[in-house]
Amino acid sequence: MVDITLRVNGATCTGSPEARKTLADFLRDDLNLTGTHLGCEHGVCGACTVIVDGRAVRSCLMLAVQAAGREVTTIEGLAPDGGLGTLQQAMWDSHSFQCGFCTPGMVMQATAFLSDHPDADEQQIREALSGNICRCTGYQSIIDGVLLAAERNRER
Amino acid sequence: MKLPHVEYEAPTTVAEAIDLLAEHLDQASVLAGGQSLIPLLALRLARPAVLIDINGIDELSGVSATDGWVAIGAMTREYVAEKSETVARTVPLLAAALPLIGHEAIRSRGTIGGSLAHADPAAELPAVARALDAEFVVRDPSGERVIPAARWFEGYLTTSRHPDELLTEVRFPTARRGTGVSFQEVARRHGDFAIVGLAASLTLSEGVISDARLAFAGMSDVPVRAAAAEDLLVGERPSTELFDEAARRATGDTDPPADLHGSSDYRKKVAAALVRRGLREAADNAKERQ
Repeated sequence: MVDITLRVNGATCTGSPEARKTLADFLRDDLNLTGTHLGCEHGVCGACTVIVDGRAVRSCLMLAVQAAGREVTTIEGLAPDGGLGTLQQAMWDSHSFQCGFCTPGMVMQATAFLSDHPDADEQQIREALSGNICRCTGYQSIIDGVLLAAERNRER
Repeated sequence: MKLPHVEYEAPTTVAEAIDLLAEHLDQASVLAGGQSLIPLLALRLARPAVLIDINGIDELSGVSATDGWVAIGAMTREYVAEKSETVARTVPLLAAALPLIGHEAIRSRGTIGGSLAHADPAAELPAVARALDAEFVVRDPSGERVIPAARWFEGYLTTSRHPDELLTEVRFPTARRGTGVSFQEVARRHGDFAIVGLAASLTLSEGVISDARLAFAGMSDVPVRAAAAEDLLVGERPSTELFDEAARRATGDTDPPADLHGSSDYRKKVAAALVRRGLREAADNAKERQ
């Protein structure tokens, strides 16, 4: 067990995970933040993507102890007032998702990407999301949602 | 798949890390970005007794240019190198390969030294290191040794690093004037491991090729140079006929592996096409850099 302190969605959290515990399991099991989904658990599917210090990372490929002192944002931290953020609303309006399993990873990856590339075009968005697997949609509706969010961000 | 039980050490200096390696030797795995090692643990393909996490060693990160070389600390993250002006200006082949590694979230954590120490023969960085004759700096309790890329890659996921040595730095030679580069790969999706990849670099002096470097990813259990094609190219002027012949020589005596992504013959055909494409792009790029 290793004692750690980190910031998650703006709040200071502490815990004592085993070294082998991934950040994904720590978020879900120790902090009860089950919005982060675990698909493949070896870095292939992208469902567990969270934002650490401003960068999208796969939380199944990072140890919880490595998050000590870091600022972590999960899907629960995007719209703390219970509403939807611009990206979430745009994805809702575009019917981006079906079953919802890949949703948190897609949304976190797209959030990190749009904050770095507010003017991204369709091809860049497609490439940015290429590490997130969706088995329902065929991706087009997801890309449409991210494009719509980028457009709405620019209008604001 | 949860990770197996493992002891965990997090040294904050290179000296501490080396002491730990000397103590645990091949019972230890060095944890850098974890983008290859953590999956290996999850799948039980690696079962180290101890993880030596070097993420807290600040002295292992950074990009610095000295006379004719760019030194990149082993823990330098791939996205940092990707954004580095120094890398873009002085090692254009590396800059061309970096955006092709995995996906954005992988490059957030993945490191230059980690990828090269993992030595996956289908990965981008090993081909770049082999093409450019990069140098690997490793340290053990008795001091430092420098290993040229030609002797670094020994086999599938195997390097000449001794169990008590830590890879601390990788040095890439600065591209000379008139050097054009291209990194080509064929993969089913962006970010997947390449079925075949090619790192290509051509230096033109007054329209004549003075230096040619071609290294394949995915064609063997190590990244391989296409020496016969390089010999053909040097002293010649770029032309379609020349590049066609180079593609034949580069792939003539290769025996690439077959897997569910492609047969050996298919890989050979792809490799030849990549040589033609890569040389054309590198030659165009070299003209821009005269």
